Amino acid sequence: MSVRQGMLALLAQEPMHAYQLRQQFEARTGGTWPLNMGQVSTTLDRLVRDGLVEPVVDTEPLGYRLTEAGHAALREWWTTPVVRTAPQRDELSIKLALAVTAADVDVPGLVQAQRTETMRALTDLTRLKADLPAEGPAGDDLAWSLVLDNLIFAAEAEVRWLDHVEARVSRAAGAQRAAAAADATRDATVEVAR
Amino acid sequence: MTARQLGPVLLTARGLTRVHGTGPTAVRALDGVDLDIRLGELVAVMGASGSGKSTLLNIVGGLDTPTTGSVALAGDELSGLDARARARLRRRSIGYVFQDFNLIPALTAAENVSLPRELDGIGGRTARAEARAALREVGVDHLADRFPDELSGGQQQRVAIARALVGPRRLVLADEPTGALDSTTGEDVMRVLRARIDAGAAGLLVTHEPRFAAWADRTVFLRDGVVVDGTGRRLEPWSLQVAQ
Repeated sequence: MSVRQGMLALLAQEPMHAYQLRQQFEARTGGTWPLNMGQVSTTLDRLVRDGLVEPVVDTEPLGYRLTEAGHAALREWWTTPVVRTAPQRDELSIKLALAVTAADVDVPGLVQAQRTETMRALTDLTRLKADLPAEGPAGDDLAWSLVLDNLIFAAEAEVRWLDHVEARVSRAAGAQRAAAAADATRDATVEVAR
Repeated sequence: MTARQLGPVLLTARGLTRVHGTGPTAVRALDGVDLDIRLGELVAVMGASGSGKSTLLNIVGGLDTPTTGSVALAGDELSGLDARARARLRRRSIGYVFQDFNLIPALTAAENVSLPRELDGIGGRTARAEARAALREVGVDHLADRFPDELSGGQQQRVAIARALVGPRRLVLADEPTGALDSTTGEDVMRVLRARIDAGAAGLLVTHEPRFAAWADRTVFLRDGVVVDGTGRRLEPWSLQVAQ
């Protein structure tokens, strides 16, 4: 998980104590994934157990640094692509999949309400982006700006997918109406022929 | 950014309907659209192809006339004017920004920006000074003497924004202004457009890219000529900073 590797990456820069680690992790990611001290301590304990991190003796509060094995594990993380795992259960996908097969749900209305909400979130993220300096943000600003971009692109993808859902549902409804009209015409012709 | 209230209503559109053709083949490109844009406000219009986005932009800009309904610009009713007066009001009050920049290739950046002012009847010296100021506002005054083909796409679009809002113009109509630009340059252009509007203008932005529509204060969704969501949860004015 990224908390574990994130801590290896931070400790590779300089030895830190637990509170510093938490502070740095949040600063680099703009507080997008807040950590509590319990998570930090547990992760540190496991890293020490696995021989990737060791305590720095004679520091107060107790600091930690990477071992050789820790540096190797970090190098492997940097050079290995993140595998796209099976999609998480996504409430919106499930909701729409069930909505299009339910008889009494206003799907266009559902899509529109969701699109408005996702656009609102996208606008909030864009406002945070707008507050960052336009030209060459460096250091923490750049790191936070890239995390924001990731959230912005994800929200945009959701809006585009909702546009696509709306078009597909509308086309399917049109095809259904056309088929019903063709059935009615055929029935009427058969009736007249009799 | 400091907290700021939106200014007075600059553009009012009421009951806009536009029908193309007659009889059974008639197409209602717009069907009863209402829209207000205030000074300091950027409104995005989104919708699928054929939803009426371009028709709305053309009517608001006085390039097309509605079948029924009215458009008023700073209190002046466009439909109450003859074609010539409408053209004059349009020329002096509204600026356009297009996907492909539409700069005149034989004129420098500064000349492209001063041209609308010279057409307004302003003296050359004043028009040039205003053009320089407008280019400075969008951060490209150092490129004033370059020709369009010597500028990048992002730089050309900044010049186009300067031209759209030169002199007394307060309303900018932007039709896919980021359509020909890569993601990062598109964002730079939106940042400039946003800053110019915050400094005392208003804008209507047609885009199919949600990421750029998100720079607007609110988004109007059109479907088959009808506003399906023009309010949503109307946000606070852009400049009220969101807590990080």
